Amino acid sequence: MATAVQPVVERENYLNSNYGIKSWLLTTDHKRIALLYLMSITAMFWLGGFFAMLIRLELLTPAGDLVTSDTYNKLFTMHGITMIFFFLIPSVPAVIGNFVIPLMIGAKDLAFPRLNLASWYIYMLGAGLALWGFLLGGVDTGWTFYTPFSTSYSNTHVVTVAVGVFIVGFSSIFTGLNFIVTIHRMRAPGLTWNRLPLFCWSNYAASLIMVLGTPVVAITLLLVAFERLFHIGVFNPQLGGDPLLFQHLFWFYSHPAVYIMILPGMGVISEVVTCYSRKRAFGYEFIALASIAIAVLGFLVWAHHMFVAGISMYSALVFSLLTYFVAIPSAVKVFNWTATMYKGSVRFDTPMLYAWGFIGLFTMGGLTGVFLASLGVDVHVTDTYFVVAHFHYVMVGGMVLAYLAGLHFWWPKITGRMYPEPPAKLSALLVFVGFNLTFFPQFILGYMGMPRRYHAYPPEFQVLNVLSTAGASVLAIGYILPMIYFLWSLRYGEDAGPNPWNAVGLEWMTPSPPPTHNFDETPVVTWEAYDYEHQPQEEITIGH
Amino acid sequence: MWKNFPLFPERASSLAGQVDGLYFFLVAVSAFFTILIFVTIFIFAIKYRREAHPNPSHIEGSLPLELTWTLIPLGICMIFFAWGSLIYFQEGRAPKGAMEIYAVGKQWMWKFEHETGQREINTLHVPLGRDVKMIMSSQDVIHSFYVPAFRIKQDVLPGRYTTTWFHPTKIGTYHLFCAEYCGTQHSGMIGEVVVMEPAAYQAWLVGGGAMASLSANGQQLFLQLGCATCHRTDTQGRGPMLAGLYGKQVQLDDGRSLVADENYIRESILNPGAKVVSGFKPIMPTYQGQVSEESLAALVQYIKSLSQPQPGEPAGNRASLQ
Amino acid sequence: MATSSEIQTAERSFQHHFASIEQQRDTATFGMWMFLLTEIMFFGGLFCSYLVYRRTYYEAFVEGSQKMNIILGAVNTAVLICSSLSMAMGVRAAQTGKPKLMVILLLVTILFGFGFLGIKAVEYHEHWVNHEFPGPNFHFETGDPAHPATDPLHTQIYFGLYWSMTGLHALHMIIGIGLVTWLVLAGMRGAFSPIYYSPVENVGLYWHFVDLVWIYLFPLLYLISHKHSG
Repeated sequence: MATAVQPVVERENYLNSNYGIKSWLLTTDHKRIALLYLMSITAMFWLGGFFAMLIRLELLTPAGDLVTSDTYNKLFTMHGITMIFFFLIPSVPAVIGNFVIPLMIGAKDLAFPRLNLASWYIYMLGAGLALWGFLLGGVDTGWTFYTPFSTSYSNTHVVTVAVGVFIVGFSSIFTGLNFIVTIHRMRAPGLTWNRLPLFCWSNYAASLIMVLGTPVVAITLLLVAFERLFHIGVFNPQLGGDPLLFQHLFWFYSHPAVYIMILPGMGVISEVVTCYSRKRAFGYEFIALASIAIAVLGFLVWAHHMFVAGISMYSALVFSLLTYFVAIPSAVKVFNWTATMYKGSVRFDTPMLYAWGFIGLFTMGGLTGVFLASLGVDVHVTDTYFVVAHFHYVMVGGMVLAYLAGLHFWWPKITGRMYPEPPAKLSALLVFVGFNLTFFPQFILGYMGMPRRYHAYPPEFQVLNVLSTAGASVLAIGYILPMIYFLWSLRYGEDAGPNPWNAVGLEWMTPSPPPTHNFDETPVVTWEAYDYEHQPQEEITIGH
Repeated sequence: MWKNFPLFPERASSLAGQVDGLYFFLVAVSAFFTILIFVTIFIFAIKYRREAHPNPSHIEGSLPLELTWTLIPLGICMIFFAWGSLIYFQEGRAPKGAMEIYAVGKQWMWKFEHETGQREINTLHVPLGRDVKMIMSSQDVIHSFYVPAFRIKQDVLPGRYTTTWFHPTKIGTYHLFCAEYCGTQHSGMIGEVVVMEPAAYQAWLVGGGAMASLSANGQQLFLQLGCATCHRTDTQGRGPMLAGLYGKQVQLDDGRSLVADENYIRESILNPGAKVVSGFKPIMPTYQGQVSEESLAALVQYIKSLSQPQPGEPAGNRASLQ
Repeated sequence: MATSSEIQTAERSFQHHFASIEQQRDTATFGMWMFLLTEIMFFGGLFCSYLVYRRTYYEAFVEGSQKMNIILGAVNTAVLICSSLSMAMGVRAAQTGKPKLMVILLLVTILFGFGFLGIKAVEYHEHWVNHEFPGPNFHFETGDPAHPATDPLHTQIYFGLYWSMTGLHALHMIIGIGLVTWLVLAGMRGAFSPIYYSPVENVGLYWHFVDLVWIYLFPLLYLISHKHSG
């Protein structure tokens, strides 16, 4: 006897509550805004990746034979600007943070939903202006815009792109402001600070930096624009301006900016490691306070980018010492995450694989930061590929892996669908292997003396460069696969249910996808964070 | 190390070995901790996997462990800090009596001038076994003087002198790179440092024919540009006397005092109004735009020579630009 | 005791992701204070540059400062302080349920704001025709033949900072006037009541902040002491 096919009545959720482009472009729902950001930053990621591909292709041979010098200089500049300002900084906060934080604290939305939407529009305006600058011919100052090259010598579209970055900074500031106020004022009853998920602690710390640091780079870039347009003299040595003043102002933001990038990623790792070990975080208070310590100490170390720039030896000494201090909280976190797995009950799902990748690669990246903090070694390796390798280890091996971990972990909550595990695990492996193959040789290149931002290089550096480019092609495949299977899962993925990972957390207590108003009734929290002890054990059967 | 797959450049200066020593120590400690973390995660993942260990133990933390893994890394870091700082301070202070070479970086080449007046472009000849101090400035944007074989690097700035020094310990030819992005031909701003036997270096020095030394050039410029009109050798001049100035404490009219170094002399030529000596009127005209970097180097070297002890006089305790 | 119309007004402005109107008010004020913190950091970069160059080129800054019109600057300072007074009184009027008085006080504030900008325009014009704007046409003279310019090259940096700092401040003033205008229009439609007046309060905070920035700018730019040189 044939069984009648019952039509599935789809429950109302934030995705189907309203249709039409206006309902998306004028939304104030934090979940929809998160998806708007997801689309924007994914597009920028591929643009930045395209620039990277051209760079690595050029570096296959010692001669500068693929593109002209000027083009190459524009490529690395635009790669840096796109990846840092338009991908990494917004990635976890604006996509995952926007979506998950109100859910995690039992709120209906962020404190300022309209400001949240405005943040996205400001991002699009800044990105649009920067892209316009790229299309007009690009910019070749390096993402660091050092003066007087950027103010008096470069013939490229510096002002357009600098203003684009200036504008997108406000997107970051308003997101950070929103998070701080939300976490202070909108927590559900019973959710005290020491029951707050570590993802919230990390984003809170990163938001402090966003709010206090970004305005400084904003005024710095504005001054670069003024210098180019009106010749005010502040950075022009011929008028008595000091190029080192620019560097101090620039790095005062740009060093804390790296903590803006990594802290939210660390927050993701805390959530993932606890869930897939089925245990509360080892040393919860220490992880939480370490986040705040990183934010505070991060503001005190900026001149470690300037050890050979012409600062006094005594300044250098102070900044070197403080840089060692800021390394310690990160180490504390790594040890605590590892200890969380001790006597846990460990699963090997994709988010956990990315988390392990993060812990290993961030450790390597962080340790090489310790090399750079050491004055005697820094003199030799600064401005070489050693630094390039170091920051790619922490930003890609660390941050991008954390972002991918978070996307996989919360994908069921965001879309209501499970991604397919086998290709996901394969991608994680490809990313890990491809990444190391790309960037580990660069440590050696750096110590051998290959400077960064070099279009052509002496032939003895070729072998390592070829290895690096080969690795990059593996890495690229590792990135392309998720694009494919995430999209596939939207149509064909298994229904996720509210809590496919059997995780502890308020966001897992609403349906997947959540309704627009998140919770039918405001929850009252009576349990500690990651209270797996009292969470009923259930077999995870979905997707396996 | 392995000739075909080197992991570090040649060691051609007195400090290179020390830098490498610290580097290898850093590598060893980093490798240790990296392997420790990787292996621990690997073991925990396998030993406590869900199938084998379905019931987690609910541990909250451990203060002794937290203290251990905070204080031990901090202690190790302090070793790195102290060792690195010692090397840095040595690198930052050129020994007394070092041979001085002026360098001018410009888009996209290096220009060198030896004390004896010998000039070079992109290739720098230096003698084995002598301290060499580079006094550098840029004609345009920021560059950076980088010799991997010596393990030294110093940014070269417009508007200011910066210095670095080295003591070559091995004959050979080594890469000189510009290490601060400076525009189109940044990667083309490559040169070489040629370390020669002292005798060969002397021969090379006089090989180009007799030429005026840097400070002799400076003296000529000093007369040509009219400096001697106000900066006389007696106290009757409208400007301060310059004999013995270099290395001395100077009192300014706004109450500040400083030690006269290369940067002070340079600034006083290009922007005399910025630091006026106490007791003198601010009437010196600026020479900005009238003197090239090379001329500046010659003038500075000449004025420095006015503080050199005459034969028979003991050498004074001169503070020079670090 | 809130009237029923005041309650209705408040309910119209209540945003439903908040648990209560008190939470909404607290949150909005917290948000404004956070925003002002970012503004401090924003102006901070300029103040930092100012401090560095003033120390390095003190004589140039002294001479540049002599060309500032102290009378106009002082009048402007008084104008801004008065505008802060009228603004604060306007907030009080909103708080105590006097919407008409609030609108009048806010209009007075706007008037003072325009007064400030007008005087600033006069000063800018003066500096412009005297070639005291950085760039190829910059030309600095002390105006006193007995004391020619000591360091005209670096006085250009002083003026660069003067125009940047006061220009950015003026931009913030214009934005402030825009915000207060919005409050006037909303107030005329009866949007505010003793229960719901936080936009007025928060714009007030912003206005006071912009005033405070000027209170720092005035002495730093206009009142650099003149030292008799020998």
